Amino acid sequence: MAGQDQIAAGSREPDEGAGGTYRVAGALTITRAATTAREIDNLGDPLTIDLSEVHKMDTVGAWIIYRAVRDRKAKVAGAKPEIESLLEQVAEADRPVQVHAEKVGGLFGVLDELGIWMAELGRTLVGLLGFLGATLIGFANLVRHPKRFRVNATVHRFDVVGVRALGIIGLMTFLIGVVVGQQGAVQLEQFGAEIYTINLIGRITVRELATLMTAIMVAGRSGSAFAAQIGTMKITEEIDAMRTIGVSPIEALVIPRLLASTIMMPLLSFFAMIMSLLGGGMFVWLVLDIPPLTYVQRLQEVVPDTDLYIGLIKAPVFGFIIGLAGCFQGMLVQGNSEEVGLRTTNAVVQSIFLVIVLDAVFAVFFSSIGWR
Amino acid sequence: MSDEPPIIRVRGLNNSFGDQVIHEDLSIDVRRREILGVVGGSGTGKSVLMRSIIGLQRPDAGEIEVLGENMIDRNEDEAKNIRRRWGILFQNGALFSTLTVAENVEVPINEYFPYLQPTLVDEIASFKIAMSGLEPEAGPKFPSELSGGMRKRAGLARALALDPELLFLDEPTAGLDPIGAAAFDELIKSLHGRLELTVFLITHDLDTLHTICDRVAVLADKKVIAVGTIPELMALDHPWIQEYFNGPRGRAASVSHKETVGT
Repeated sequence: MAGQDQIAAGSREPDEGAGGTYRVAGALTITRAATTAREIDNLGDPLTIDLSEVHKMDTVGAWIIYRAVRDRKAKVAGAKPEIESLLEQVAEADRPVQVHAEKVGGLFGVLDELGIWMAELGRTLVGLLGFLGATLIGFANLVRHPKRFRVNATVHRFDVVGVRALGIIGLMTFLIGVVVGQQGAVQLEQFGAEIYTINLIGRITVRELATLMTAIMVAGRSGSAFAAQIGTMKITEEIDAMRTIGVSPIEALVIPRLLASTIMMPLLSFFAMIMSLLGGGMFVWLVLDIPPLTYVQRLQEVVPDTDLYIGLIKAPVFGFIIGLAGCFQGMLVQGNSEEVGLRTTNAVVQSIFLVIVLDAVFAVFFSSIGWR
Repeated sequence: MSDEPPIIRVRGLNNSFGDQVIHEDLSIDVRRREILGVVGGSGTGKSVLMRSIIGLQRPDAGEIEVLGENMIDRNEDEAKNIRRRWGILFQNGALFSTLTVAENVEVPINEYFPYLQPTLVDEIASFKIAMSGLEPEAGPKFPSELSGGMRKRAGLARALALDPELLFLDEPTAGLDPIGAAAFDELIKSLHGRLELTVFLITHDLDTLHTICDRVAVLADKKVIAVGTIPELMALDHPWIQEYFNGPRGRAASVSHKETVGT
């Protein structure tokens, strides 16, 4: 059967250009649709199409013949009953369909998109505020009915968000300590002030980098997971099921996650500070030949306690933002699975953006209260 | 009829996931131009059988021939020639979510016949959509804007895009209301009659089996335990088959079918 598809030929009668008979033989299928359509277009009116030698035809072939009949009043001769029925069938299905979705182009398109984008931004901010409110009410309810607090779920989140992140965060901040030390040493060496590398490592990691990097890692690891988990549960209607049973999704899903990210962040940040100091210490010991004891003594002298406080005060705020953005985006999921991916991306982008904005605010604030 | 080689031939198929054996020495033939219904309890591997035949699941052992060609371990170029000749409707339509319905229908056409004039491709997509019983307004819509029934029809339009000889349908009427399901059955029946299709149909819908299937294959105990027309199957003495066709739902479907045939 397959072989016969290839054997097919169209031939026209002599009086080309002034109409005539187009004779098709063999199989008239999609395989030779392009040629057949072109050949028919090249013939003048009045046209007669002779199908007596066609042994096989598909709907595309039938469509090309039908189109010639419809648009050019061509005559069909010698069609066998099954071909006749196929022609009728495509004739029945002749309804113009718009193929592509409407798109507004040019300046209006840009304005249109900008407007939609701004409206979306406004809605998101209002929605986030509303979600924050709902979460606070959820907290208040839990304070009034402490028995409803889900201890197991919360502890499980602590494990997932905190304990399991130790490895990657430790490794990452250790390397950051090394990098800060190495880059600092290269610059400070020019002034013969390698010893100040320790100031650099101690102050920048404790005050800024450890907490910030931990927040970025937690946003990528846990914020995205929150959005994806809650979003999937929305699609599978688990959240609707919860509501109908009388379980508040805020209490069952959001609060354990928010608590986990808020409480784990300072712990992870502290761990990250230690690891980056270790990384930096290792570097100065091996490369600058400063012994560990000197390193620790110097750290004690140059890193004020306030740096530690700054790092640890920022951490829970960042954790709360990450948890809130993750859960909020998860709850926004509607409809299809594509949305889950979109919302997860949004959650991560939003939380990292907010974390960095807040970090800037904190930097100005702490400097102005004299914690330099 | 019986001298003609089967369009799908499966012999000694073994499939397993880890320790769980799904198929063991399964054999089945699908004849040209028939509508073969495949039934079986949940978890008997109906979908896995379909996935094996169409090459999405590599079986542990066995032979699979589709349209006279061996399907196992074919290289991609050769397999493409066979893929062009079949259409598949997945359970939830499996439409490409970033394309409109009409663009979805154009995907296989553009893939295999990139040199066709774009206007002709648009026209082909249009009449395929109309043939599948969708309104023209559905053409520029995205899959997420469609109802379940419309999504199945759009999936069918895409499956029919290349005028396949062989059509695989995975539970086409599942999740449709009875009226929609009956209309879908009618659609498949009329397409089958007009386009000379062979249809491999997985279903749980007893009405579908009675209305459109020429033969029914029953999957149980990791094998195809019986293939035949419904009266032939009902004469068999297998507990699951008896339960299935002679249970309350089976009888109701059978009675309603006789009534419609009688009038």
